[in-house]
Amino acid sequence: MEIHELTGLELAEQIRQRKVSSQEAVRGLFQRIRSIDPRVHAYLSLNEEQSLRSAKDADDALAAGRNPGRLAGVPIAVKDNICTTDFPTTCASKMLKNFHPPYDAHVVECLRREGAVIVGKTNLDEFAMGSSTENSAFGPTHNPWDLSRIPGGSSGGSAAAIAAGMAHLALGSDTGGSIRQPAAHCGVVGLKPTYGAVSRYGLIAFASSLDQIGPITKDVRDAALLMEAISNHDGRDSTSGPSGVGPCLAEIERPLEGFKVGVPKEFFGEGLAPQVREKVMEALRVIERLGGKAVDISLPHSDYAIAVYYIIAPAEAGSNLARYDGAHYGYRTEKAEDIISMFSRTRAEGFGPEVQRRILLGTYTLSSGYYDAYYLKASKVRQLIRRDYERAFDQVDFIISATSPSAAFKMGERTANPLEMYLADIYTVSVNLSGGPGISIPCGFTRENLPVGLQILAADMQEPRLLRLARAYERETNWRQTRRTAIDD
Amino acid sequence: MSLTRKEVEWIAHLARLELTEEMAEKMAGQLSQVLDYIAKLDAADTAGVEPMSHSGSLCNVFREDVPSPSLEREAALRNAPEQSAGYFRVPRVIE
Repeated sequence: MEIHELTGLELAEQIRQRKVSSQEAVRGLFQRIRSIDPRVHAYLSLNEEQSLRSAKDADDALAAGRNPGRLAGVPIAVKDNICTTDFPTTCASKMLKNFHPPYDAHVVECLRREGAVIVGKTNLDEFAMGSSTENSAFGPTHNPWDLSRIPGGSSGGSAAAIAAGMAHLALGSDTGGSIRQPAAHCGVVGLKPTYGAVSRYGLIAFASSLDQIGPITKDVRDAALLMEAISNHDGRDSTSGPSGVGPCLAEIERPLEGFKVGVPKEFFGEGLAPQVREKVMEALRVIERLGGKAVDISLPHSDYAIAVYYIIAPAEAGSNLARYDGAHYGYRTEKAEDIISMFSRTRAEGFGPEVQRRILLGTYTLSSGYYDAYYLKASKVRQLIRRDYERAFDQVDFIISATSPSAAFKMGERTANPLEMYLADIYTVSVNLSGGPGISIPCGFTRENLPVGLQILAADMQEPRLLRLARAYERETNWRQTRRTAIDD
Repeated sequence: MSLTRKEVEWIAHLARLELTEEMAEKMAGQLSQVLDYIAKLDAADTAGVEPMSHSGSLCNVFREDVPSPSLEREAALRNAPEQSAGYFRVPRVIE
């Protein structure tokens, strides 16, 4: 097996046992990135020299008998909306094209503390707004399984980098499905943690009540490893919980017994592609063999989730993105006549069309006279969606569905119609609204050889159990080992 | 719900976004489509339901008021589009 094929955990073990040096792994990885990434475009920035220095630090520490951390020497890719002092952080926006953050995000501090080697920053839909990574100001990312298709989004760069063997671990962020949906489309694992389980300090804000950072990885063990590294209390994010989700990796090989899996009828209705439904139903049968009891449930307010999301997320985005005014950092127009034209031209020139669309939508729904009809109404329906989940989790331990209603679509197919693009998130957005964790894991392939993702949800802070079921399913099916992406064919 | 170009221009002004006429026209069409979709919420019965602004259980997170260092001036200015004498420089605000 070649080094780039190893999971993060496997590579960490080999480095620790000094069978492979981190420098060797990093050098090989950069060679691979140079040969593949011109076709995939997963990365927005890379730094080989610096990565080799961090790799050497890890190798030297191990040689000297010191403990350089659990991720020592392992190459990791970080989504480019997470602040790093040693890489630009652009949000794939012209607005932040040359922005060099003066501090590291909390999760980046965690990675450095564990000895990980941050090799580069990955592509995304501008400010994480999108479901295809086509909204990047620096060009789209291509799906390694079929280069004419989208990798999903907004964390499309991180998912594609993992799928194509251009990183051993990756971080993404998920506001309405932005970790899980690209993970599904790229045939990898993506975990959206419980709101508050991972600090948002240094994550460039999109919709603050929904945003969470989480792992995108080759398998479930890696997701558990990375989750343990980043989930802990951080006083700099006032929504950070009192503690993280606790040990995950040591838990996940233990078998589950006598558990109930909810199958919500609302997630299996119209709009679900037949091939995707088939794979999810096969997955359900595997889970039953593993000891799960399938229970038909209802989440009656699911049909409102997209509408609620497209009020709340743009409203929060409109406020969060007010800071990009050309005064303190980021892009500034050259055509400023006075202070107001500096603001409005900077923003018109710096933001792409989707970001402008959401700012306008959020400004409208919060504007005088419309607040009650839109934002207040949406906040109440959000409560109803939350109660649906609370009631469901009184009855069952997990909920399963497809992650996305279809496999990866063709590039350009939905760019002309924003609403159609929004509906790609139909199964993922509701847990951002309600707050609980969700994971996407591979559950087979369509006849076109495109990966299909299975979404599993659990109650708040139940990540260790969620990962246990995901790992049990993964051990049983091992989809990762069955096919190769188009890149390696 | 349909938005006119004039309404879009007013919202754009509130959001400090300078739109071309063509862009305002296009946005009016696309935003109207989204607002039509959102209108399905009218059917949801929310009588007596408390609004929810976030899913966390935390409320009023306080810390001791202890002075501590903040970002150095130089670091804060490093990304400034324009600066002078240790300040951010912007076009004249008061005539």
